[in-house]
Amino acid sequence: MAAGVATWLPFARAAAVGWLPLAQQPLPPAPGVKASRGDEVLVVNVSGRRFETWKNTLDRYPDTLLGSSEKEFFYDADSGEYFFDRDPDMFRHVLNFYRTGRLHCPRQECIQAFDEELAFYGLVPELVGDCCLEEYRDRKKENAQRLAEDEEAEQTGDGPALPAGSSIRQRLWRAFENPHTSTAALVFYYVTGFFIAVSVIANVVETIPCRGPARRPPREQPCGDRFPLAFFCMDTACVLIFTGEYLLRLFAAPSRCRFLRSVMSLIDVVAILPYYIGLLVPKNEDVSGAFVTLRVFRVFRIFKFSRHSQGLRILGYTLKSCASELGFLLFSLTMAIIIFATVMFYAEKGTSKTNFTSIPAAFWYTIVTMTTLGYGDMVPSTIAGKIFGSICSLSGVLVIALPVPVIVSNFSRIYHQNQRADKRRAQQKVRLARIRLAKSGTTNAFLQYKQNGGLEDNGSGEEQALCVRNRSAFEQQHHHLLHCLEKTTCHEFTDELTFSEALGAVSLGGRTSRSTSVSSQPVGPSSLLSSCCPRRAKRRAIRLANSTASVSRGSMQELDTLAGLRRSPGPQSRSSLNAKPHDSLDLNCDSRDFVAAIISIPTPPANTPDESQPSSPGGGGRASSTLRNSRLGTPCLLPETVKISSL
Amino acid sequence: MGAVGNSSSLQTKQREPSKDIAWWYYQYQRDKIEDELEMTMVCHRPEGLEQLEAQTNFTKRELQVLYRGFKNECPSGVVNEETFKQIYAQFFPHGDASTYAHYLFNAFDTTQTGSVKFEDFVTALSILLRGTVHEKLRWTFNLYDINKDGYINKEEMMDIVKAIYDMMGKYTYPVLKEDTPRQHVDVFFQKMDKNKDGIVTLDEFLESCQEDDNIMRSLQLFQNVM
Repeated sequence: MAAGVATWLPFARAAAVGWLPLAQQPLPPAPGVKASRGDEVLVVNVSGRRFETWKNTLDRYPDTLLGSSEKEFFYDADSGEYFFDRDPDMFRHVLNFYRTGRLHCPRQECIQAFDEELAFYGLVPELVGDCCLEEYRDRKKENAQRLAEDEEAEQTGDGPALPAGSSIRQRLWRAFENPHTSTAALVFYYVTGFFIAVSVIANVVETIPCRGPARRPPREQPCGDRFPLAFFCMDTACVLIFTGEYLLRLFAAPSRCRFLRSVMSLIDVVAILPYYIGLLVPKNEDVSGAFVTLRVFRVFRIFKFSRHSQGLRILGYTLKSCASELGFLLFSLTMAIIIFATVMFYAEKGTSKTNFTSIPAAFWYTIVTMTTLGYGDMVPSTIAGKIFGSICSLSGVLVIALPVPVIVSNFSRIYHQNQRADKRRAQQKVRLARIRLAKSGTTNAFLQYKQNGGLEDNGSGEEQALCVRNRSAFEQQHHHLLHCLEKTTCHEFTDELTFSEALGAVSLGGRTSRSTSVSSQPVGPSSLLSSCCPRRAKRRAIRLANSTASVSRGSMQELDTLAGLRRSPGPQSRSSLNAKPHDSLDLNCDSRDFVAAIISIPTPPANTPDESQPSSPGGGGRASSTLRNSRLGTPCLLPETVKISSL
Repeated sequence: MGAVGNSSSLQTKQREPSKDIAWWYYQYQRDKIEDELEMTMVCHRPEGLEQLEAQTNFTKRELQVLYRGFKNECPSGVVNEETFKQIYAQFFPHGDASTYAHYLFNAFDTTQTGSVKFEDFVTALSILLRGTVHEKLRWTFNLYDINKDGYINKEEMMDIVKAIYDMMGKYTYPVLKEDTPRQHVDVFFQKMDKNKDGIVTLDEFLESCQEDDNIMRSLQLFQNVM
C-alpha cells in the first residue's frame, strides 16, 4: 500500500464507527496498541551532510533500509545519529522518496551510480516515478547496450588465444573471421580481395570494344570476343579461388546449416555458380541466350567486397533496419505515380502523335518527372498536361524527401555505433596493458621488498633499506600476508616473465646450467623452500645434477631489462643472505606431500653477471637451495605452479 | 480562516490592449487557464493550533502529527471527494468502496462545500475517537441520514447497507445473496424503529443503541486509534 495511505489509517478506522449500529455480531477487539512514542526527529548523517526527518516519514516504507531495523546497524550512539558513508547528493533523492512517495531520477548523475544507491537503500528501481521513468529506462538501456558491446568486443575481438587443443576447423574459422590474427589469414584476405577486384574488372573490360586488326571495314568487337581465351583463363582462375574459399569456409564453419543460410555464403554461391552452369551447359544456340543472362550474375561478385569493407556492411544493415521507411517510400511513390500517370494520360489523350499511348507508358514519364530527371523523351503538349506535369514534379520532390532523413539518421546512428565499438576495441588493448602494468606494480612491490631483504627479522633494523622501512602500515601487513601465504604453500611469488620463461624451458626440456648464485639472492624464502624438501631436493640433485639451474639474480636482472623494468638491486647485506636455519626448521609443511613443482630455467651463461659466483653455501641445507628440481613426470605440475619460486 | 487564492488575473489585465485577433484569442485562452488555475491554487490554512486544541479532544502533539500527514497528502489543505474515494479504495481493495466513501464524505463535510478542510477532518475524528457515546451515536445518525432531513427512512438505510456490502466485494463466504442487504435493513428497522412508523428519528436511534450491549461495547473499540 502506498505510504500516504498509512496516514489515513486512523481516519479509516474511526470511520468504521459508522458500521457499529448495523453490526449484527459483536465486533472484534482492537489490536493491542503499543505505547506510541511521540513522533521524533531522526538525524541521518550522510558523509557529513545532516538530514533530519520525522521517524514516521521513514517508517512509511518498512521494507527498505531506512524504514526497517536495518538502520540500527548504522546508528552511532555517541552522536545519536545514523551515519552513512554514501553520496549525500544521491541521498537527497532517496529521502525525498520517503517524503513524497515519488522517486525522481537525477538528470546529471550517472545512472549506474543511482542504481547502486537504490540497491543500497533497499529501493527497487521500479519505484521511479512516472515523470522520470522513461528517461531512466532509456538511459539504463543505453548503458546496458554499451556494456554489452564492450563485452562482445572483448570476446569476439582479437580475443584470447585459442586453447591449445583447438582443432584445425576452429583455427581455420577463426582465421577467416578475424584476418588480423595470423599472417596467413591476412595474406589470404588480401589475395581474395585482389581476385574479386580482378574478376570484376575483367567483367567490365571484356565488354569494351577493341579495335580489331586492320580489316576492311574495321570491325569493332568487344574485347571479350577478341581475346576469349585470356578472359576465360582469368575467369577460371578467379572462380577456382572463390570456390576454394567457399569450400574452406564451409568446412571450417561451426554450424554448417547456419553458414549455408547466411547472406555472405549465398552471395558466394551466386558469384561462382554461373561459371559452372556455363561449363555444364552445352553451347547450343537455344540455351546460349539464357547462358548470356547468367553472366550478368557475375557482377554479384562485387558484393563479396562486403566482407572486406565494413562500410558496405553497415550500409546493408542500415537498409535492412530501415525497411519500413523504404517500404513507405515505395508505397507512396507508387500511389503518386499511378495517380499522375492516369491524369497525364487523360490530359494528353486528345493530342495526336502523342507519346502518352497508355497509362503504363505514362508511368515512365511520371517517374522521370517525379525524380526530377526529366529526360525529355516524353513531354506534355496540352496546357492541362503541362499544369499537371508541373504539379507532378513539385510533389515528387516532397514525397522523396520525406523518408530520406529517417534513413540517413539510421545510417548515421549505426555508423557511429560501429565507430565507437572499433575505437573502444582499440583502446581496450591499451587499457588492459596499463591495468596489467599497474597490477604488476603491486606484485613487484612485494618481490622488491623480498629482495631488499625485508623478510629477515627486524633485529637488524638499521641495515634494512630505507625503502623497506618506509612502507606504510598497510603495505607491511599486506606483505606479511603474502609472506604467510608463501610459507603456507611452500611456493613463492615471482613475476610473469620468469614464470613464462620457466614454462618455456620446461617444455623445451632445455639445456640448463647450474649456477649457484646464491650470494646475490635473499636466501630466506628459497632456503625455506629447499629445506622444506631438503631430502627430496638432495635426492633429485644427485639424480638430475645437470638438469637444474636456478635463476640467478643476474638472469633476473636480465629479464628485468628485457621487460623494460629496471629494478635497482637492493643492497645485498650478507646477513640477509645467510639463511636462518631455524627459520627453515620451523616450517611444518610436509615435504612428502609437497609437490616440489619448481621449474628450472636455463641461465644463459653469457649473461651471468659477476655476482653470481658459485659460493660455498654455509649450511648443508643451502647446497640444495640452489638446486631446483623439476618433476617433469607429474602431470599436475604445470597447472599448479602459477607462482614459481625464483632464486 | 485564511483562504489564500493565487489569482494572477490582476497582472494580465495590465497589458496594452491591441485590436489583434490573435491577441484577443490569446487573452481568452489565458483567462480560461487562469480560471482553472484559480480553482486549483486555492490553498487553505487551518486555524491556529491552540484553537483546534480547544475545539477538539486531541493534544497538540497529536494534532501536529495529524496535520503533517494531512498536509503531506493534500498540500492544498483540502480533501475532495475523489481523494476520499481513492483512500477508501486502497483500504478496501476487494470491493467497491466509492459509495460508502461518498456518504462518509458527506458526513465529514458538515458545511456541504464539496471539500473537507482540516478543521472538519479533525473535528470529526475527535468525535469518533474521543467523543462521548452520545456524540458518536449522533455522528453515526448523521451519516445514515443521507438527505440530512433528520430522519432515517428505509431507502436511506438500504443505500447505506448496500454501500457497506459493496465494500465486501464479490468473493465472500457465505455467498452474498440478493436480498441479504434487505434482510439486514429489516432487522435493523425492527430493532430501531420503536413506533413502527417506518422512519427512525434521532431519539429512537439513541435509545435503541443504548439498549444494545453489543453496540455499547463496540463503541469503546476505537478509543485508542491515534
